[in-house]
Amino acid sequence: MDLFLQQTFAGLAFGGIYALVALAVVMIYQATDHLNFAQGEMAMFSTYIAYTLLHHGIPYWWVFLLAMAISFVGGVLVERIVVRPVEGTGVLNEVIVFIGLLVIFNSMAGWIWDYTIKPFPSPFPKHVPFGITFIGPHDFGVIGVTLVVLAAVFLFFRFTPVGLAMRAAAQNPASARLVGIRVGWMLALGWGLAAAIGAVAGMMVAPIVFLEPNMMGGILLYGFAGALLGGISNPVGAVIGGFIVGVLENLVGTYVPFIGSELKLSVALVLIVAVLVFRPSGLFGYVVVKRV
Amino acid sequence: MALLEVSKLEAFYGQTQVLRGLSFKLEEGSVTTILGANGAGKTTTLRAICGMVRTSGDVLFGGRAVGGKATETIVRHGIAHVPEGRGTFVRLSAEQNLRLGAYARRDAAGVEEDLERVYGYFPRLKERKGQQAGTLSGGEQQMLAVGRALMMRPRLMLLDEPSFGLAPLLTEELFHILGTISRERQVSMLVVEQNASLALGIADHAYLLETGRIVMSGSAEQIGKDESVRKAYLGY
Repeated sequence: MDLFLQQTFAGLAFGGIYALVALAVVMIYQATDHLNFAQGEMAMFSTYIAYTLLHHGIPYWWVFLLAMAISFVGGVLVERIVVRPVEGTGVLNEVIVFIGLLVIFNSMAGWIWDYTIKPFPSPFPKHVPFGITFIGPHDFGVIGVTLVVLAAVFLFFRFTPVGLAMRAAAQNPASARLVGIRVGWMLALGWGLAAAIGAVAGMMVAPIVFLEPNMMGGILLYGFAGALLGGISNPVGAVIGGFIVGVLENLVGTYVPFIGSELKLSVALVLIVAVLVFRPSGLFGYVVVKRV
Repeated sequence: MALLEVSKLEAFYGQTQVLRGLSFKLEEGSVTTILGANGAGKTTTLRAICGMVRTSGDVLFGGRAVGGKATETIVRHGIAHVPEGRGTFVRLSAEQNLRLGAYARRDAAGVEEDLERVYGYFPRLKERKGQQAGTLSGGEQQMLAVGRALMMRPRLMLLDEPSFGLAPLLTEELFHILGTISRERQVSMLVVEQNASLALGIADHAYLLETGRIVMSGSAEQIGKDESVRKAYLGY
């Protein structure tokens, strides 16, 4: 029973990270109908920026906020400079740009910080409060940070005019323009937010997997799996999907002997294929009720 | 001075030219209607004023040149477009749809006042304010579109087929409300409508459009009496 609890909560911690990645992916998908394949590498790059800031002696939580802010600006710039020129020129063009971004961020990180594996600190205390023993201190902290970020994102979209405008721009760009919403900037803002959320995911996962240019490869795959499982058209679903994937992955790795930790990644692939075959809209995919 | 002054307006969809040098004026506080057969370019005229299609020629709104500008910039000068197909934000609530109309406004008190006014015109929307807008009936969505436009507190409203898909009684009610709005709020309107007799009923002025050109203009009364117009558009 203890093992089960431990593995479930460790899974929830990873699930939180997948949930963040899934949310970042869905945010851009909702506005543009495209999966940003570079989301993971952008998160990795953000984590390297945090790493550099930490080495300049800035306290962790300042670095945390700074890295988010820098990533936000970076995300906006990427949209304005790289993505915007190919917008609406066809799926293939946009996918190629995303893959190009992936390769560029990956190589740039290797070029600037080299490919050796680096340790990245965990900001959380060494002991879990309340005498809880079935979860490690970092995992506990990750779940907390994830929940705070998710709550902030949902409050933003639910209660601020800009959040509402972003949803409107994603749902019906033509109509959004007619009420004066600058749809192009809303897209850029979406990219910025996605990059900032990705940065959190990167900083949370780096202490576990260590910092190196390829650290987000597997994470992005799980993030995609989570987004698809929950429903790529529904941010809430994507987040729940991320958590489910995290727990599932961990439990399957623990209890199914022939999978173990080596074959864990294929769980994500199996999940992706299964969802696409049997329920393409995902568990919580949005079914728009429409009457004419 | 005219509120809206369009001269030599041309509009294109790709290579196809739809408007061939339109010139017309719209006086402040007046209701103007554009009549014409399907494909004459009525909808395109409205879209061209809002910068939703590629155009050439001049559009002056309140003395300011807005031709060729981005839609979101043009509408901020005070033009509210009620588009064909209603343009509902289907996954947002009815009230959120209305509030989006006031997105560019900064006078919070005025916005609340206008929201109550819209609910006054359309009590059905108040009953349904929390409901997902995509689940509203066609008529309710049309009210929502008009309401959203009013929330912009516009100087000019462009209405594209407001009667589309509505039951006759509802259509009559809607036009009655539009008439009230134009009188009480001094909002100018440019109405495109299949139902010519309804449109002429609330209009002061009318233009007749054929294949991208204006072929007749005059007061609504004059145009309504014209025999060729009656035969072609009024059916008697």
